[in-house]
Amino acid sequence: MDKIVNQKAWFLVLPVFAVVAFSAILPLMTVVNYSMQDTFGNNQFFWNGVGWFKELLDPSTDLGGRFLASLGRNLLFSAIILAIEVPLGIVVALSMPREGWTVAVCLVILALPLLIPWNVVGTIWQIFGRPDIGLLGYTLNSLGFDYNYVSNEFDAWATVIVMDVWHWTSLVALLCYAGLKSIPDAYYQAAQIDGASRWAVFKAIQLPKMNRVLLIAVLLRFMDSFMIYTEPFVVTGGGPGNSTTFVSIELVKIALGQFDLGKAAALSLVYNLIILIVCWVFYTVMTNVGTERPQKKGAA
Amino acid sequence: MARIDLVDLAHSYGGNDAAPESFALKPVTMTWRQGGAYALLGPSGCGKTTLLNLISGIVTPSRGKILFDGADITPLSTQKRNIAQVFQFPVIYDTMTVGQNLAFPLQNRGVPKSEVEARVRQIADLLDLTFYLDRKATRLTADAKQKISLGRGLVRSDVAAVLFDEPLTVIDPELKWQLRSKLKALHRELDLTMIYVTHDQTEALTFADTVVVMHDGRVVQSGTPAELFDKPAHTFVGYFIGSPGMNIVPAVVSGHEARIDGHIIGLHRNYGVLPAGAKIEIGVRPEFVNIAAPASGLLSAAIERIDDLGRARFARVRIGDAKFAARVPPGFSVPDDNMVGLVFDPAHVHVYADSRLVEGVA
Repeated sequence: MDKIVNQKAWFLVLPVFAVVAFSAILPLMTVVNYSMQDTFGNNQFFWNGVGWFKELLDPSTDLGGRFLASLGRNLLFSAIILAIEVPLGIVVALSMPREGWTVAVCLVILALPLLIPWNVVGTIWQIFGRPDIGLLGYTLNSLGFDYNYVSNEFDAWATVIVMDVWHWTSLVALLCYAGLKSIPDAYYQAAQIDGASRWAVFKAIQLPKMNRVLLIAVLLRFMDSFMIYTEPFVVTGGGPGNSTTFVSIELVKIALGQFDLGKAAALSLVYNLIILIVCWVFYTVMTNVGTERPQKKGAA
Repeated sequence: MARIDLVDLAHSYGGNDAAPESFALKPVTMTWRQGGAYALLGPSGCGKTTLLNLISGIVTPSRGKILFDGADITPLSTQKRNIAQVFQFPVIYDTMTVGQNLAFPLQNRGVPKSEVEARVRQIADLLDLTFYLDRKATRLTADAKQKISLGRGLVRSDVAAVLFDEPLTVIDPELKWQLRSKLKALHRELDLTMIYVTHDQTEALTFADTVVVMHDGRVVQSGTPAELFDKPAHTFVGYFIGSPGMNIVPAVVSGHEARIDGHIIGLHRNYGVLPAGAKIEIGVRPEFVNIAAPASGLLSAAIERIDDLGRARFARVRIGDAKFAARVPPGFSVPDDNMVGLVFDPAHVHVYADSRLVEGVA
């Protein structure tokens, strides 16, 4: 029997295509268009080819220097918060009760920071850390520490990092807790029978059973911290100097502060590309976890 | 390796103050001999897994004591009890190879490396796992994983006992046979005390030299398969073991006679004094009741259907209101009116008072 060829079905896809085009494809293409042009206001545009991209990747130019410096700061920030939040989240999850009414209490307490909007978190810490009226800043200064996140780079970084840990460790902990809960009791019983120590139980059972949720946690936290804007913007405004200016803050400065649409468009495209690549790498790694290649030793 | 004594051991998940009838395990006192192959047989929920977990220390008893070679180990944790247990579903340490899985219980106890290696090789050999020793355990089939679990249970040579909690549930029927005979062979070879929990009578009877039957939290009988078959101590053992199960019918018993439905059946022993007020029943296995052509001296019954089990045929008959199973001798042809007589073997007719066996006087 011959297949009936009927291309009319494409018309059914048309509404979706129209919506996606209007909301995603056209704006993206506008950005691509901007990235190839220079503007001097008055809606006058001049063709610049790949000039902005060249400049962006060249540290000797102003644009390239700012981009690469903020990218470096951003990667350092992500690395530090991952190094703190992941182990801390695991420890929190491990020390949570496994049953009883305390479980609900712990879950609610852990969920609270996650429910607070970014700019509110930023405002809380901005005030909390002020040496004159903030509880944290005042206490630290009274104890003899010269703490001032407005003037000291190290203090600014510490504040932004502690704020992120405060805000997001719960997410890692909740994911790990879910992973831990899915381990059947028989595993712990078998480990008892096998005489395993607490550390051996963690290494042989809990960590391997958590590795999927841990990858999700690392992915989510990396993406989120790599795109961070609101909290450092509210607390430090990117300063002192440029010390806490992350890529998104730099992007907003260029696009809305200087109104350099071409540079900003090129930067956001590269920024987007980095995020896509990282996503793809994580996705590939995640889908391959547990399906490792058959070993060379041979067939059964 | 040890003798295990249970002294008034009882457990309730509701705590020690729970009503005695609600105890998952009612008080039991018994001894497990060193080197024995035991099966703990009973339907789901009869307390057999509870008993096993009490011995291994996963569950702490509400009452009573557990002794290993006379030493009270009740307060000790599982790690310190020197016991191995294999669970219903395979437990595999994902990141380790098969060999590392097998070595894990030994390494945790600080056994010297050369000894660990030798023992792992030996156990892998016995379980046909040698080929897989260097492979990651996660990638194997459920069968192989359960073999690894079994191997981890057997790898320690000094354990007081190896406990199996329905270990062959996940295994294919065909492999089940192989693994069961393998376990039996391992038992002979390794001289370990093994306790095997199951609800499958075939599994219990083929594996064990002593079968412990549990019912409703109680140990109702412990004995060799032949004892359980020939002389069930409790009506539950009678119909739980054997296929079809034992016939249990209410009867009036006095002296050497039992009266069913007005008909008298001779008994091998004399039952002079029976507990007053008890429910008196007689029990006889279908194998020891033959059907025959109706005759005046025989208890008459109506055939409802005949089951052909291959090795024998059993008739399902009805005596008054009571259902009964009886053997159909080869070549017997069923009369048109379906009415037959029953021929009892008096040596195998037992008397039960309130479900418990009454020993008659010869």
